[in-house]
Amino acid sequence: MWSYERRLQYPVNIKDTDAKAAQIIISQYGGPDGELGASMRYLSQRFTIPYNEVAGLLTDIGTEELGHFEIIGAIVHQLTRDLSMEEIEKSGFAPYYVDHTLALWPQAAGGVPHNACQYQSKGDPITDLMEDMAAEQKARTTYDNILRMVKDPDVCDVIKFLRAREIVHFQRFGEALRIVQDKLNEKNFYAFNPAFDTCTTKTDNR
Amino acid sequence: MKQEASKKALLAEITQVGFAVDEMTLYLDTHPYEMEAIDYLTYYVRRKNQLMKEYAYQYGPLTIATADHRQDVWSWALLPMPWNGGDC
Repeated sequence: MWSYERRLQYPVNIKDTDAKAAQIIISQYGGPDGELGASMRYLSQRFTIPYNEVAGLLTDIGTEELGHFEIIGAIVHQLTRDLSMEEIEKSGFAPYYVDHTLALWPQAAGGVPHNACQYQSKGDPITDLMEDMAAEQKARTTYDNILRMVKDPDVCDVIKFLRAREIVHFQRFGEALRIVQDKLNEKNFYAFNPAFDTCTTKTDNR
Repeated sequence: MKQEASKKALLAEITQVGFAVDEMTLYLDTHPYEMEAIDYLTYYVRRKNQLMKEYAYQYGPLTIATADHRQDVWSWALLPMPWNGGDC
């Protein structure tokens, strides 16, 4: 289970509203490589991971991603609070505003709703960890793209923190993949699914 | 005003120490036998627990786990949420 800490993992203090920036950054709230999808991916995959340290890593990174989901929410909220009707119409924010007012709703920048089809939970540890490493890189690219378009230092400072976390998570998932491969002890470890096939070598929970 | 400044400073320290805990937790997930890292994380977990307790006593709890002292009002229900800025 979880318990909540009433603080952000990294502080968000944005002075100026910017509805254009908010419409871009919301992609990391509910978009294809966003923090919500990342968290749900790892927290779903972990149930079939037969190695404790890898299931533990998925739990801890999945938990941190929930904290990042909150940070992105804080950024979008602070970029859109106190918007005037004129600003809403001028900035192209009206199509979002008509459905959600100034609330947070998980969608991609292009308006596509958050969707579980944006990630997989395949039940093969090697497949899942490969996806996780790719996911971290895709999120990093998205943050790079955001940093090319958004210039407010109050916003960029937080985005840079989140970008750096993608790189650390990629490293940790790479180590987890190595742990899985080391445990397989097979000439061709891609031939088996260590979470399902019984012919593989030892796991923690079987 | 002075109280506001020391509240901010304490929260800033919690953010820093909390980050050390987050980072080293992930590191130890994949390096569970590294003694130096274990000592490092243990130190920061202890420090974070102290700071969270101190914050709870002075300004109100950031977690239910630190709401373990007598209060005249249940400040957990009344404290501002963290996404409005200024507080952290």
